[in-house]
Amino acid sequence: MRVLVIAEHSQETCFSATDHAVTAAKQLTSDVDILIAGEGCKKAAERAATLEGVTQVLLADHGCYQHQFAESLSKLILTLAPEYDYFIAAATQFGKNLMPRVAALLNVAQLSDVVAIESADIFVRPLYAGNALEQVQLLDAKKVLTIRATAFSATNHGITPAPIKQIDTQIDWNKTRFIRQTLSPCERPDLTTARIIVSGGRGLQSQENFQLVERLADILGAAVGASRAAVDAGFAPNDYQVGQTGKVVAPQLYIAVGISGAIQHIAGMKDSKVIVAINQDPDATIFSYADYGLVGDLFEILPKLITALQNQ
Amino acid sequence: MKVLVAVKRVIDPYVRVRVAEDGTGVITKNAKMAMNPFDEIALEQAIRLKEAGLVSEIILVSIGEHAGQETLRKGLAMGADRAIHVETDATFQPIQIAHILKQIADEEKPMLALLGKQTIDGDHNQTGQMLAALLDWPQATFISELTLTATTATACREIDGGLETIEVDLPAVVTADLRLNEPRYASLPSIMKAKSKPLVTRSLSEFPAAQIEHIKVLAVSAPAERKPGVRVDSVEALMDKLKNEAQVI
Repeated sequence: MRVLVIAEHSQETCFSATDHAVTAAKQLTSDVDILIAGEGCKKAAERAATLEGVTQVLLADHGCYQHQFAESLSKLILTLAPEYDYFIAAATQFGKNLMPRVAALLNVAQLSDVVAIESADIFVRPLYAGNALEQVQLLDAKKVLTIRATAFSATNHGITPAPIKQIDTQIDWNKTRFIRQTLSPCERPDLTTARIIVSGGRGLQSQENFQLVERLADILGAAVGASRAAVDAGFAPNDYQVGQTGKVVAPQLYIAVGISGAIQHIAGMKDSKVIVAINQDPDATIFSYADYGLVGDLFEILPKLITALQNQ
Repeated sequence: MKVLVAVKRVIDPYVRVRVAEDGTGVITKNAKMAMNPFDEIALEQAIRLKEAGLVSEIILVSIGEHAGQETLRKGLAMGADRAIHVETDATFQPIQIAHILKQIADEEKPMLALLGKQTIDGDHNQTGQMLAALLDWPQATFISELTLTATTATACREIDGGLETIEVDLPAVVTADLRLNEPRYASLPSIMKAKSKPLVTRSLSEFPAAQIEHIKVLAVSAPAERKPGVRVDSVEALMDKLKNEAQVI
């Protein structure tokens, strides 16, 4: 049995989501290859090659993969498919965009957001925003999965790198064109892998006030999240959104500030180890999920908390 | 140009779902049902494109049980022109749905397939991408902005670290994210008018590619509940709990 993990990278480096996908792959077999497709992505391949237990890294470095479009990547993966039994990526926007396209070209089903691997063909995945879990058997010979990064630990990077094999296949696709990318500046940890997350909701009332959440996060070395309500109101950018339709997170500590606890938000954070809720409404749903609840005015509580943390 | 929009009937997003104790699935009997919210956004976008004179006809498709016709009537009331219902009591995987939609796209020759990015029951987020692959069309997924010309679509996509704008040649598949638009409510006159719009029912047997079984659901269970927490009465008490009890800071 062989697994191909499709890496997510910025050409310069391989993102940590891939480290989690490799852990899932290793639960299936010890023969795990990683595909890095991009342009000028040799460094990303070198980074991926240090992941412990990886057999080899396939490097497809060509202008036709520059923007990592699903259209060309899926066709590239199809050319490699005869060699592999499983195709795995993390369930990020990148993986969600790509893997269904891979599955359709193979005419097989795809499982999204897998949270547990029970055997070679039995998997568990959430339904209804995590309000139910489905145990399914995949009947197709080739199995295509996206895995939820928070459900699998990260594989460590070691010292001895795996060999890198050059792939020369080029895919001709000109029906999709890149115009621009606007990335949020990220000096903070990545939401999906952060140890601590501070999230703000509608209770912050404005974009200016949302900076309180960011200040608290920076003192804790935490990532910043937001509820859908806060994103829709323009307090925070869309990629901060934690929830069913945003990012699914499971940090050691999740601090929800001014978040009422809509079902779709809960779905994105309820697997956090410790949850703290700060809200002025004592009946807010978030309190039934919180390990520690503090009822009160967040504009009084947050400055106090920031000072207390600075003084410790 | 013609636009194909697919809609699914799902449990209303504001209803708390319950898992059947025998492990067979989620209880849908007597649950309030609604059009999948992302599909509603996709349909709204198609209607806006028609109102802007860029689209001539909106064809609505739904696959599922008989009651799905209510959802199609709702879509017709919002502004779709005609509907196709592929009636079946079976539940399908996205790959099977994509095969049905592909066959309909081959017959109808739309320039655009506008779908919701995912349904809120299965949460797969696959059908649009699979349909695009089967048709060998470009795809613009999870979009929050769309501009259309006669030959191209420009879309702003919600990606991991921010936003990405791409241009795709038509025909293409586009999947709608939450922030694309706010769907309208159908007016009473349009609800009345929708009753006489064409709705064709088709049998599943017309779609052989959709009948391959890919997955067997073994069990559906409720997730483990969290242990009840405690209330603290001050920032100091909270700090103490986080430091000494939970040991996370």
